[in-house]
Amino acid sequence: MKIHEYQAKQLFAAYGVPVPVGYPAFSVAEAVAAADKLPGPIWVVKAQIHAGGRGLGGGVKVCKSKAEVQEKASAILGMQLKTHQTGPEGQLVRRLYIESGADIKRELYLGMLLDRDVGKIVIMASTEGGMNIEDVAHNTPELIHKAWIDPRVGVQAFQGRALAFKLGMSGKTVNTFVKTLTSLYELYMAKDCSLVEINPLVVQGDGSIIALDGKVNFDDNALYRHADIVAFRDLDEEDPREIEASKYDLNYVHLDGNVGCLVNGAGLAMATMDILKHYGSEPANFLDVGGGATAEKVTAAFKIILSDKRVHAIFVNIFGGIMKCDTIAEGVVTAAREVGLDRPLVVRLEGTNVELGKQILKDSGLPILTGNDMKDGAQKAVAAAQKYAASLA
Amino acid sequence: MAVLVDKNTRLLVQGITGTSGAFHTRGAMAYGTNVVAGVVPGKGGTKFDDIVPIFDTVADAVKATGANASVVYVPPPFAADAIMESADCGIALCVAITEGIPVLDMLKVKQFLAGRQTRLIGPNCPGVITPGQCKLGIMPGHIHKPGNVAVLSRSGTLTYEAVGQLTALGIGQSTCIGIGGDPIKGTDFIDALQLFAEDPDTHAIIMIGEIGGSAEEEAAAWIKANLKKPVIGFIAGLTAPPGRRMGHAGAIISGGTGTGQSKIAAFQANGIQVAPTPGDLASTLLKVWQPK
Repeated sequence: MKIHEYQAKQLFAAYGVPVPVGYPAFSVAEAVAAADKLPGPIWVVKAQIHAGGRGLGGGVKVCKSKAEVQEKASAILGMQLKTHQTGPEGQLVRRLYIESGADIKRELYLGMLLDRDVGKIVIMASTEGGMNIEDVAHNTPELIHKAWIDPRVGVQAFQGRALAFKLGMSGKTVNTFVKTLTSLYELYMAKDCSLVEINPLVVQGDGSIIALDGKVNFDDNALYRHADIVAFRDLDEEDPREIEASKYDLNYVHLDGNVGCLVNGAGLAMATMDILKHYGSEPANFLDVGGGATAEKVTAAFKIILSDKRVHAIFVNIFGGIMKCDTIAEGVVTAAREVGLDRPLVVRLEGTNVELGKQILKDSGLPILTGNDMKDGAQKAVAAAQKYAASLA
Repeated sequence: MAVLVDKNTRLLVQGITGTSGAFHTRGAMAYGTNVVAGVVPGKGGTKFDDIVPIFDTVADAVKATGANASVVYVPPPFAADAIMESADCGIALCVAITEGIPVLDMLKVKQFLAGRQTRLIGPNCPGVITPGQCKLGIMPGHIHKPGNVAVLSRSGTLTYEAVGQLTALGIGQSTCIGIGGDPIKGTDFIDALQLFAEDPDTHAIIMIGEIGGSAEEEAAAWIKANLKKPVIGFIAGLTAPPGRRMGHAGAIISGGTGTGQSKIAAFQANGIQVAPTPGDLASTLLKVWQPK
């Protein structure tokens, strides 16, 4: 799960990571009121969306007067902010964060995440703050310094000092950095984070350090034990189809292609996307209905897939192992009748009672195409999508 | 011979009375697996389906029944604890089926397992099956056939695809291991490949990976350096967008690493043939290996 910058900074402050003073604002009036509470003479108006790259997209503005705060807040609030992470349509800005300007001397990068290859949390620090860290890692990997945290004892001061010196810090800044690192690790462990990132971490003129931006992601599997984090969830930032899918315990990810997929199992669902591409179409989604594909789940999945008008055909690809194919076929027929199929449907069934399942599809009288195996089904789905698209043109 | 499980496996089921635990225990027993005990705290002294004795603790169960393998169907908040309880009793093999265990819980489990004799498979996996001998997990037993091809995969349903294609061609399997879709797991590709390398009943291997992490790349290099048996590969998720979790917690391309393209390149660079589609798993194997 992702949260907004201002929420991340609330967590930072609670765990002792220094942040600029700031207030969230949901309207221009609130933005001005927030500026009144801050000392000035510099204010920063920041769009709050979950995507990164907000500054380059025009969603972060430095202001020298309260009148300017009002002007910039009016301009940013309600804008469709486009960044490299939002896609071409951009993301509507519904929230702002107003904070005090910082005295920026140096901009650094500090991040913490799981290194799955060694099974430890890794700290990443770099002098290249304010940049896209993935680009830094790709172009100049030597500028990223790493330290792995022993889970038995947590982050140690010597690790923090070593990183601080590599970042060119000196004097009291070193100890402040070590303390910040310890606080970040405490936050990471206490709230089941999957990523904690400060980009940039700023060294100010007086040698103090401050988190100018903040990004915190959480392990979805651990949200059950963090009601306070779940309360941060902002449904406006999520794809409505993915929210709907989550209500039915469906694993759904929206993509840009034109063949919708309904599959059991995450691996098979990914492989189904790939095989559609192999035969010349792009998948419209990832969808894993899980082990128990009930008629209710299949119906919900159909509705979600068909709500995307770019979908020109649906490919149902099921390996019925524990689930019997006749049960799945009945679910598909029930769902197709209820939803009212207006686009081609290809079903490939394999496993227990497969002949019975195919007979049910045939007897339904619905225009369902049958895939004899995965390759055959994928080819038929691609052909059907192309034919449907041509009929629209 | 086979690896990990066979007819001598004495299975203990943690969470035997839950919906999933009960369903799959019945499936395992119908397959012929020797289920010797169940563990459900507070239900000790009762029996599952009037047959399998239930104990309050793994220690009690092991002492009374000599169980040498355990399978965990316990819900995610309690699953890490269940795995550690098995490991504390010295169970040789623990298979965690549970999906959705928090990553930080698994980091704890990894620490706990270090220096102990228990091998963990999973979590978030279909389990392990040696066809005709022992089914320990949620896979459909009837699609399998005893034989000499090992199937090793991060994905359950893709394992079934491979097995289904093999069996349809009359080719049997030695042992199939689902190592699971989570980022932190007990047994990774190389650990499992080592077992197959030493198993005389395994003549060839199908290895199925997916996006996320670099275990496939490491395994590909290990295979070239160490493994004399024919291996073919498949990678799922070539069309997955970066930064999005594809169902499995571990199936995510992050920071430009863990792409399907990188894994396929690693397979090819190390002389491992890659099935062009998931429908070609068995046919690709037959290009490099023929059953005797």
